[in-house]
Amino acid sequence: MQPIIVENIHKSFGDVKALHDISFTIGEGELFGLIGPDGAGKSTLFRILATLLLADEGNAKVNGRDVVKEYRTIRREVGYMPGRFSLYQDLTIEENLNFFATIFNTTVEENYELIKEIYEQIAPFAKRPAGKLSGGMKQKLALCCALVHKPKVLFLDEPTTGVDPVSRKEFWDMLQRLKTKGIPILVSTPYMDEAVLCDRVALIQKGAIMQINTPANIVAGFGMPVWAMKAKNIYRLIHDLRAFKGVLSCYAFGEYLHVTLDTELDDVKAYLAPLGHEALEIKPAAPGIEDAFMQLMQEQNELT
Amino acid sequence: MNNNAIVTKDLTKRFGDFTATNAITFEVGQGEIFGFLGANGAGKTTAMRMLCGLLKPSSGEAKVAGYDIYTQTEQIKKRIGYMSQKFSLYEDLTVKENIRFYGGIYGLSNRQIKEKTRQLLARLQLEKEAGHLVSSLPLGWKQKLSFSIAVLHDPSIVFLDEPTGGVDPITRRQFWDLIYESADKGVTIFVTTHYMDEAEYCNRISIMVDGKIKALDTPSGLKKQYNAGSMNDVFLQLARAKS
Repeated sequence: MQPIIVENIHKSFGDVKALHDISFTIGEGELFGLIGPDGAGKSTLFRILATLLLADEGNAKVNGRDVVKEYRTIRREVGYMPGRFSLYQDLTIEENLNFFATIFNTTVEENYELIKEIYEQIAPFAKRPAGKLSGGMKQKLALCCALVHKPKVLFLDEPTTGVDPVSRKEFWDMLQRLKTKGIPILVSTPYMDEAVLCDRVALIQKGAIMQINTPANIVAGFGMPVWAMKAKNIYRLIHDLRAFKGVLSCYAFGEYLHVTLDTELDDVKAYLAPLGHEALEIKPAAPGIEDAFMQLMQEQNELT
Repeated sequence: MNNNAIVTKDLTKRFGDFTATNAITFEVGQGEIFGFLGANGAGKTTAMRMLCGLLKPSSGEAKVAGYDIYTQTEQIKKRIGYMSQKFSLYEDLTVKENIRFYGGIYGLSNRQIKEKTRQLLARLQLEKEAGHLVSSLPLGWKQKLSFSIAVLHDPSIVFLDEPTGGVDPITRRQFWDLIYESADKGVTIFVTTHYMDEAEYCNRISIMVDGKIKALDTPSGLKKQYNAGSMNDVFLQLARAKS
C-alpha cells in the first residue's frame, strides 16, 4: 500500500488558484520533498492531507484512508508539524510533550524510543516555557510532539524556514535517522539545496507541480551545459552577459554566475574580450536543483 | 575613517546577566555590501537594532552615517533605510499609497514623492499594479517593493534583515540585482541572510557566534582562511566550533 496517494487535487480561494491538478504518491519509508517558494501552495496541500481543509476537486488517501470520509482516523494516525510554531508558548517543554501524548491517548514513556534521540537534545531545558526557546530548540520540540503518538505518516511543513544553516543541517540529519525507522515523511522547504536530501521531490510553483523525480534525475534532465563565469566587477558582467543575444540565462550562483547559451562559448568569449573585464574566469559548471527549478519556472511563465 | 558608513568599537548590549552583543568592533565602507551572518540567537538583531538607533548600547561606541548612536539617533533614522523579513508595508493600502505614506514619513516634498513614485514603478515594472492593494501582490514583488521603499529617501545606508526568506530563486536574484544597483550608486548595504550563496555576493562578511564577531573578511579570504570550498562550510565550521 502506498502511504500517501494524491489524485488531481484542485483548490481555489476566491480567484486565487492555490492548487492546480496535483497528483503524486509516496512509497513506504520514503522521504518525499515538496520544494517551492512561499505561495506555491505547499501549506494548502498539507492542510488537505491533514484533513483540515477540503479540496474543491480530486481525492487523496493517507495510509489507505480517504481524507474526507475517514478524517477522524487519519487525525489519529498522522504526525503534523505546521509551518507556524503552534505549541503552547507558556507551557514548558515537558508539559507540551505530555499534553500531546495525552491528547493521543498515550504516554511519553510508551513511545519514548522514537523521540529519545531528539528529546535528549532539549531535555536539559525541560522546565523552560516553549515561548522562551531558540528557533532550533522549538523545532526539535515540535518534531517530538508530532512523533509522540508514533504516527504512521509524518507531515512536516517548512520545518527549516528561517533557521540558520547549522540547525538546518542538524534537522535533516534527524530526518534521515527517522527515515530508517520506516516512517514515510512528506516535508516541504523553500531551500533548494535541501532537495538533494530527499529520496524524491516535487518541484512546485504557483500551485502546480513542475516536475516529480529523484534529485539526481532532475539535475540530469537539465539538458544543456552550464558555464560558471566571474570577473572582478560581477555586476557589470551580469549586465554585459544579459545584453548578449546568445545568452539564454544568466543568474548569480554564489561566487560565480551560471550562464546557459544557445550559441558557441567562443562567441561569448569573443563578445566579452573587448569589454575589458578584469580577472575574467570561465569554466564548466554542474547544474543543481536550483538551476533546474529556475529553468522550469521560466518554461511555466512562458506558458501562462 | 570618517568616510566609513559604520564604525563600531567594543559595542556591547547586555540584557540582565545575558550579553547579547559582546564587544563587537568593525567598520563598513560607504557603498560596500556587508553581509552580517550568524546562527539564530547569535546577537545579529540586537546589534542591528543598536545601529539603527532603536536600542541603547550598554557600552562601547558606534557611529552610523557619521552620527553617534547614543546621542544622535534621530539623525541616524533619517539617513538610513530599513527592511525586515517580516513584510513591513501596509497590506490594506495600495502600492501607490504605501509609497506616498513612506515618502511623507521621510519628509519628502509632494513633488519629490511624485517623481520617486514614477521612477520606482517604472523600475519594478509595477505601473499596472500601482492601484492594487499590496496584499494582492506575490511575496517576491512585495519584497522588491519593500526594498525600493526602504531606499526611497536616498539613505546612505540600508539595513536588510533576511530580505529574501522564502522567495523563489528567480525573484531572489532579481532582488540582488536591486541591491547591486543601489550599491553601485554608493548606498551602503548591511544585510543578514541564511542563504549562504547570497553571502558570496557581499564584498565582505562578518560571522557572529555567541555575541562576538568570530570572523570578518571577503568571502574568498574566509574560504582560504578556513580551507573551505564554500561559505556554507565556513559557516558550519565557525558556528559548530562553539562549546
